[in-house]
Amino acid sequence: MQYLVDAAIDVAQLIDMVSSDERGGTAAFIGSVRRGPDDGPVVGIEYSAYEAMVETQLDKIIARAAERWPQARVEVRHRIGRVATREASVAVVVGAPHRAEAFAACRYVVEQLKQRVPIWKREILETGERRWRTGDLSPEEHP
Amino acid sequence: MWIFRLFFSSMQSPSSISVRCRLFARYAEIVGQDEVTLSLQRDATVAQAVAVLRQSVPDGARLPEQPMVAVNQEHALAGQVLADGDEIALLPPLAGG
Repeated sequence: MQYLVDAAIDVAQLIDMVSSDERGGTAAFIGSVRRGPDDGPVVGIEYSAYEAMVETQLDKIIARAAERWPQARVEVRHRIGRVATREASVAVVVGAPHRAEAFAACRYVVEQLKQRVPIWKREILETGERRWRTGDLSPEEHP
Repeated sequence: MWIFRLFFSSMQSPSSISVRCRLFARYAEIVGQDEVTLSLQRDATVAQAVAVLRQSVPDGARLPEQPMVAVNQEHALAGQVLADGDEIALLPPLAGG
């Protein structure tokens, strides 16, 4: 598993991986587990995935990003298993020569991940109850 | 060897294919299993595979009639024709991030 990790995401390491003397702009999107105003007593999320397809689809998404922004370098990690509120569940980090490419490529990869990568989440409540949660695709509703 | 293969292949039923069907998250929970092998008619489509699955597993009717589907780890449309040995996956609404 290249992209799925079962321990805390090391964002500093990802930034280091996309850095080079030629890349002056780095953009990072960090998605964290949250408790929204209507979510109830959520203490964490349990992530599951179709692991082989996650790898296949993220390979393709990053390859397409490389076609559009050839000088950018992209790293993606997504948590699997239980993640507590405030912990990072996903990180997309892009290094590019300038900020415009870095922001654009980062946004592209995040949106494609949301739409194409088979990952599911089940909220864990204070009571121990679990409930499946459907992701929304609206970027405005995400942090 | 070539003759043997020809003979062997003629012994298999040319009218059916075998497809590995995987279920995830809520769908696996609904039917109580995460993998089913389906025997389908040759040239069966994704939609036909889903219909057979819904009829052949407990509570299969609770699965959506037109779920998001992947074939061999690629997103697929309902009309895609399946081949022997394909892996089909029923994907609940994605929720990564």
